[in-house]
Amino acid sequence: MRAGAEPILSVEDLHTHFFTQDGVTRAVDGVSFTVAAGETLGIVGESGCGKSVTALSIMRLLPPGLGRSVGGSVRFGGRDLLTLDEAEMRRIRGDRIAMVFQEPMTSLNPVLTVGEQIAEAVMIHQGKSRHDAWARAEEMLTLVRIPDAARRVGDYPHQFSGGMRQRVMIAMALSCHPQLLIADEPTTALDVTIQAQILKLMLELKGRIGAAILMITHDLGVVAETCQRVIVMYAGRKVEEASVLDLFDRPLHPYTRGLMASIPRRRPGAPRTRRLQEIPGMVPSLREPLSGCPFAPRCPLATARCTAEAPPLEQHGAGHVVACWEAGRIGVS
Amino acid sequence: MIGTIVRRLLSMLPVMGVVAVCVFLLLHLAPGDPAAIIAGENVSPENIARIRAQLGLDQPVWRQFLVWVGSLLTGDLGQSMFWGDSVTSLIGQRAEPTISLAFTTVMVAVFLAIGLGVLAAACAGTLVDRLVMGFAVMGFSVPVFVVGYLLIFVFAINLKWLPVQGYTPISEGVAPWLRNLVLPSIALGMAYVALIARITRTTMLDVLAEDYMRTAKAKGVAMRPMLFRHALKNAAVPIATVVGNGVALLIGGVVITETVFNIPGVGRLVVDAIARRDYPIIQGVIMVFSGVYVLVNLLVDLSYTFLDPRIRD
Repeated sequence: MRAGAEPILSVEDLHTHFFTQDGVTRAVDGVSFTVAAGETLGIVGESGCGKSVTALSIMRLLPPGLGRSVGGSVRFGGRDLLTLDEAEMRRIRGDRIAMVFQEPMTSLNPVLTVGEQIAEAVMIHQGKSRHDAWARAEEMLTLVRIPDAARRVGDYPHQFSGGMRQRVMIAMALSCHPQLLIADEPTTALDVTIQAQILKLMLELKGRIGAAILMITHDLGVVAETCQRVIVMYAGRKVEEASVLDLFDRPLHPYTRGLMASIPRRRPGAPRTRRLQEIPGMVPSLREPLSGCPFAPRCPLATARCTAEAPPLEQHGAGHVVACWEAGRIGVS
Repeated sequence: MIGTIVRRLLSMLPVMGVVAVCVFLLLHLAPGDPAAIIAGENVSPENIARIRAQLGLDQPVWRQFLVWVGSLLTGDLGQSMFWGDSVTSLIGQRAEPTISLAFTTVMVAVFLAIGLGVLAAACAGTLVDRLVMGFAVMGFSVPVFVVGYLLIFVFAINLKWLPVQGYTPISEGVAPWLRNLVLPSIALGMAYVALIARITRTTMLDVLAEDYMRTAKAKGVAMRPMLFRHALKNAAVPIATVVGNGVALLIGGVVITETVFNIPGVGRLVVDAIARRDYPIIQGVIMVFSGVYVLVNLLVDLSYTFLDPRIRD
């Protein structure tokens, strides 16, 4: 967090469980973090680590009857979102906190024009007339650089390409000037060339609107390009948190190091034929209670203590916390 | 668009041709001799033969068929063997009660069924859902005449709220017209409501699980616009299809309902005609019913273009 900046979102010991016939899955298992006004915080981790569920828990968009936040708090604007009733929550969704999803091809309603879909949020939250909301929709489309916005505002989603649809999603999310934008893998489904454009656009508009961004991604490259701080999640827990520079300079958790080693890149002086590294083993099942460090079975540095006792999050330098018994040893090496 | 409509109208012709062949063969291969019925009891075989010749029934079946189809193509449905009147005018006289019954039934049934289906989907897994679906299974399984007599027994005989039977033309006032239509419409519409409610629920459940519904929720959209503006519009095409297909159910039901409630409509006309083996009436009514069915489904197909913008392009 930047010095002195008051957090706008503060997630405290969040526990979100999924209740299925096969048992309870602890998708998010005691995660805490804060987001300061205007900052971009990344949450990174592999599929199933609980990063998307964390986002959905904040928005209270978990599949009803299946997933539920059973513990902790999500403080936003002086209130705990987890205790609000549905009507109060509705006033926050799309207005104070907005969300952009991963799949632009399926996240827009195919039978409503993009104008109707953007204008809807404006009408709900700002009480504008249909006419004014429509004008606002057009303005937003121009802002996300959709060419010929005045005409395209009346088009249906299927008339747009994937990248264009994600621009529409961004226009929709930002139409009410939210304080926080949650972006859940916003570029994963897009072509590589489009990815960079969308990220650039999001950062630019964020600056203009003054929103903070919670960037959920599995891609450390996206984190490096967009975030100030980053949280690494593994098996429903936060295992490391640091400023982006610090994390890339000095990754302390063996899992973070594994993630970085699995990015294809050529280090200066390294032999060209270096094989891409992978993290051996599999993510543990979140149905069985985990004793010890969840990463221990896959960790090259694991000791007897790691499998017996879960490591707490400990400070290792300014703003850098890590949950690893061997972090001290890694930091030195 | 107009090109499409013309093309689809032309494509009705072969369908109606097949219907004509089937209807004709079915009737003429079935046992029973209209001439014997017209002649009455204790008549000589010569008399029957004379009547058969008069009606053209002594001709080979293929020739009878060609004569019938030939006049069909000129718009002539032929003459009733029993009444002597033209089939077209007989249907015309009986059309109002049947159209009234069909109209009220479809109007009420479609709205009621969609409402119930949406409700069941919104409350999926709860008691409300199970009640609605239980009603749907029952509505589909209990035959029209059972529902009909049950309704008459309860609401007309015991409670005396509504007339037992009969029909009042709309020209004698809308209220008496409607009073006579309430019970038959419920009896006739039961299975139709059940069918549409079920497909509405299933389709809505699929739509509610779509990503864009989560997007709508993330935008702060309330429950009712979520269901009706965002979800139902996406469920419209399958529902419209079943509304169209279900008309077959209504056509079958109309015949029984008119008999149970003693309504002098086209359904009764055809039931009486079957008893007398009055071939031209039976054939004519079936051709009209088939035409209505095909036409309704053509309209449904055309409605897709309005319901789903992706089909438009």
